[in-house]
Amino acid sequence: MLLWFLRRLLQAMFVMLAMSLIVFIGLHAIGNPVDILISPEADQAERARIITQLGFDKPLWQQYAYFLQGALHGDLGRSFVFNEPALQLILQRMPATLELAVTAVLLSVLVGLPLGLFAGLYPNSFAGRAVMAGSILGFSLPGFWVGLMLIMVFAVSLGWLPSSGRGTTAALFGVQWSFLTRDGLAHLVLPALNLSLFNISLVLRLARAGVRETMPLDYIRFARAKGLSPTRVVFVHVLRNILIPVVTVVGLELGSTIAFSVVTESVFAWPGMGKLIIDSINVLDRPVIVAYLMIVVVMFVTINLVVDLLYTALDPRVRLGGRA
Amino acid sequence: MTLELRDLHTHFDTRVGALRAVDGVSLSVRRGEVLGLVGESGSGKSVTGFSIIGLVDPPGRIVSGQVLFQGRDITGLPEPELRKLRGNRIAMIFQDPMMTLNPVLRIDTQRIETVRAHDNVSHVVARTRARDALGQVGIPSPDERLSSYPHQFSGGMRQRVAIAIALLHNPALIIADEPTTALDVTIQAQILAVVQKLAAERGTSLLWITHDLSVVAGLADRVAVMYAGRIVESGSVDAVLDRPMHHYTAGLIGSVPSRNKRGAKLLQIPGMTPSPLDRPAGCAFRTRCSAATETCAQEPPLTMPEPDRTLRCFHPVRI
Repeated sequence: MLLWFLRRLLQAMFVMLAMSLIVFIGLHAIGNPVDILISPEADQAERARIITQLGFDKPLWQQYAYFLQGALHGDLGRSFVFNEPALQLILQRMPATLELAVTAVLLSVLVGLPLGLFAGLYPNSFAGRAVMAGSILGFSLPGFWVGLMLIMVFAVSLGWLPSSGRGTTAALFGVQWSFLTRDGLAHLVLPALNLSLFNISLVLRLARAGVRETMPLDYIRFARAKGLSPTRVVFVHVLRNILIPVVTVVGLELGSTIAFSVVTESVFAWPGMGKLIIDSINVLDRPVIVAYLMIVVVMFVTINLVVDLLYTALDPRVRLGGRA
Repeated sequence: MTLELRDLHTHFDTRVGALRAVDGVSLSVRRGEVLGLVGESGSGKSVTGFSIIGLVDPPGRIVSGQVLFQGRDITGLPEPELRKLRGNRIAMIFQDPMMTLNPVLRIDTQRIETVRAHDNVSHVVARTRARDALGQVGIPSPDERLSSYPHQFSGGMRQRVAIAIALLHNPALIIADEPTTALDVTIQAQILAVVQKLAAERGTSLLWITHDLSVVAGLADRVAVMYAGRIVESGSVDAVLDRPMHHYTAGLIGSVPSRNKRGAKLLQIPGMTPSPLDRPAGCAFRTRCSAATETCAQEPPLTMPEPDRTLRCFHPVRI
């Protein structure tokens, strides 16, 4: 178990190292941030001063070495644009994104799982078919378009919900959260719904497939032959079995939802990390991009770790460590 | 009489027509009696078993006939009523012990829920009863084993657990659907001994579904031979196995390898079981039968050639 954990940790470090190298080389190939950052009116002396200050006078491998040295001390560099530590810049905006993503994933489980169970138990009913047809829409409609439509209908036409920003926030553990106030919650509804639509469809289909697969198995028949109520058969015997694929996918989707909530954040002007990364890529703000990707890697590794641990709780046949 | 089936028909509605899995089955099981229901795969044995406790899933349905349990007609009872019988008065054991226990739930969870499904008792009482039942089927140190998961048991042990679950409520009838087929021969013998002993002690009736004539010979009191959804012959085990009257039964018995016939070529019934969608009219066996005549195209009536013996054949085997 400890060995397994250490191996995971080592893998994660290697991924981060490789990722940072790729970003350095990639951004170097795309363009020179100096051209974007320094105003055209600046004179030659001013230019040289800034280039030296940002470290662009040195060769790339040396810049990378400096970065690594800093990273080992927990310093991922200062943003070229904001002149603030990149890590701090991202962490400031992380709660907003986390809040949005977690709400979206919760929604996808709370809505997707019951609908999937229903569609799996009554596959030939009209409602069951309707749910499946709806999930195709959830999969195929582009997120930005759905976002705009949600704003059109609920914010513009009906005027029920606000369309942009986080609304009033309240502090918890020294961080500002929207979900603690009524106004903030109202602001959260539309973007979270927009972000969760794809995942709802995904969870729903997984759950349905799982139910269809599990129901005809002998142990479900045996459970029914024991005289158990349908409620117990479905919510204990079937649900427990279909949770394994659902947990995997939800875990991985949580990662991608956090990392790539860019579109929804842009549409709903949600001040999260996604918005920041898009702006940073536009101006080739390398420290911010690298720091952001580092955080994403750490997040994915952590989520995978948690998912693996959840497996052992859900399926007793799974044991960590790789020895069968 | 513990169980009586009267002209039971269970069909599966398919796109190409009704699949008559059970096509007019009548049989009876007395109190404390073991009835072996023998037939090859697809003859409708299992569907008969599921029909009794109302566990035939759509597109299957009981079209006509009656299931009488302890004199009461339980065909078409509402689901909650049937549920009170299942696992309580009528229990079932399945073929593959690897598949009958839920792999992600602990053994005790699966047993305690069975106790509590029918008796309003506390968790602790249910646990004690579940543990005692494990001991009865010969599982060593039941206390430790109770909190294991199914994959930590061997196949034979799992089937014992399943049997212990079936016995929890002292059912009047146990339907055993090929419970020893997936086990190797020594384990099979042990399981048979356990079931036989417990059933005899408690006066439980058994409907033992199998395709293995040797199991029937050692375990059953009476035997019913099923072919293409119908019972073609029934009677006491000794009478039917020693003096089969239906040509199908005779063929089955002839194709069992035995020590006396060492070296001789095994008998084989020619042809294949007809598809349940496309059965020959009249006697379904006539296309494979050496004694068949034109008469066989008509429905052979149910006759009683001897006391406590039934037969559906125009030209019984002559002894």
